[in-house]
Amino acid sequence: MNIFTRLGEFLLMLKGMFTKPENWRIYWKELMHQCVELGIGSLGIVSIISLFIGAVSTLQTSYQFVSPIISKSVIAQIVRDSVILEFAPTITSIVLAGVVGSKVSSELGNMRVSEQIDALEIMGINTKAYLILPKILAALIMIPLLVIIAMVLGIWGGRLIGDITNILPHEIYDKGLFESFVPYNVTFALTKAYTFAFIITAIPAYYGYNVKGGALEIGRASTTAVVTSCIMILLADYILAAVLL
Amino acid sequence: MISIKDIQKGFSGKSVIEGVSSEFETGKCNLIIGSSGSGKTVLMKCLVGLITPDSGEIAYDGENFSIMSNDQKKIMRRKIGMLFQGSALFDSMTVEKNIFFPLDMFSNATKAEKQKRVDEVLDRVNLNGANKKFPAEISGGMKKRVGIARAIVLNPKYLFCDEPNSGLDPQTSLVIDKLIKEITTDFNITTVINTHDMNSVMEIGDRIMYMYQGKKEWEGTNKEIIFSKSEKLNSFIFASEFLKDAKDMRMLELSGKIDDKRDMDEMLRS
Repeated sequence: MNIFTRLGEFLLMLKGMFTKPENWRIYWKELMHQCVELGIGSLGIVSIISLFIGAVSTLQTSYQFVSPIISKSVIAQIVRDSVILEFAPTITSIVLAGVVGSKVSSELGNMRVSEQIDALEIMGINTKAYLILPKILAALIMIPLLVIIAMVLGIWGGRLIGDITNILPHEIYDKGLFESFVPYNVTFALTKAYTFAFIITAIPAYYGYNVKGGALEIGRASTTAVVTSCIMILLADYILAAVLL
Repeated sequence: MISIKDIQKGFSGKSVIEGVSSEFETGKCNLIIGSSGSGKTVLMKCLVGLITPDSGEIAYDGENFSIMSNDQKKIMRRKIGMLFQGSALFDSMTVEKNIFFPLDMFSNATKAEKQKRVDEVLDRVNLNGANKKFPAEISGGMKKRVGIARAIVLNPKYLFCDEPNSGLDPQTSLVIDKLIKEITTDFNITTVINTHDMNSVMEIGDRIMYMYQGKKEWEGTNKEIIFSKSEKLNSFIFASEFLKDAKDMRMLELSGKIDDKRDMDEMLRS
């Protein structure tokens, strides 16, 4: 199957999601369920990664800053901008592509193989709208929030390690955080977060929904979905940086 | 009644169903039989709209399903119940939630009314007490019964069963067959069953269609099937020596040469 056929199928899947729900209440419940599954379920891993990324950024930046004429508060500026612009949205999203992407793909793949999707179709339910749309919407709601949490924790992690190791006292770190702060960077990071949230759920949903075969194919679809999502995240990261910065 | 006319379906240039026409009667168990790969499942999926046939006509009580819009098909599907080969239960939901689901989605009834209906159908399929169990915690036969309960909870006019006895022991198969037959008669449903279980054919098959390599080879009742002159059908039915002997004896019995059942039993034992 060539790339254009896949793209066509993907676009048709997206188009198929937008129909009037059979029952708003059930769809709302499913959306809330997905918000918990995708958002709250990923909070732990996002928190751990962010803290360590912030901490390592502080250590490595200070290691590279040997000149006595540059203020140490610059380290905090570099950590802040690195975390906001790149680490929080991109690294978090790549990790989520693995965590959320494989979950979405294997869940839908299993439903397809075990005829649960057919059972929903027979009931007269639009399965694209009921199974895929809530996942994408939940990701669009929760992933930007996770990225904001990752920003805060990443910067805090840098502050914490600066204090613990005595590399950078928190008074200097705090001073540096507010120097030359560009609010647009946060807007840019959130734009990336929304784009990546869509990629993280829509691509695995496509692969999972269209699985044919058995357990082996579900695993294959899951792997392909995660790999494709990661590549698309990096590609989108470059395009957004080139266009918006 | 469901009528199909000249249904054709192929995949990647290979024809899977070739010009199948038939009628499935209301209040009866209409069986589609045939060996694996004969096109039974594809035909059933065409009937319920999971696969679009390349050509032909499918009509539900005179309403042409083939030319309906997607929205019209969605409405029509609410009159359809289906039992899948693997039961297709939602494994994240309990037995009760599985049956609640179609009601929650499509019914405006109160919670108490829905609960009453769920209890009714669970009682109908003899599954009281399994309400809070998950599909992974129940047996294959129970899963089939939950599948039937879910299929009939919205009072469908048409019931489709894809190999309802696959993976079940003969005794449980009989229970499932009996249940499907009772539901069909009690609620006057048009039931279409895909099977290759000859017990089902003899027990509940009011109308039988035999498919061979995508074509309708034979059609009739379970009384007529034993006298079929189709060699393909006979080799399908009487695949074992035991059944061939049983057929010969049935023929003798019907021709009046054996009147006493005890003689038949003795012959069978010998």
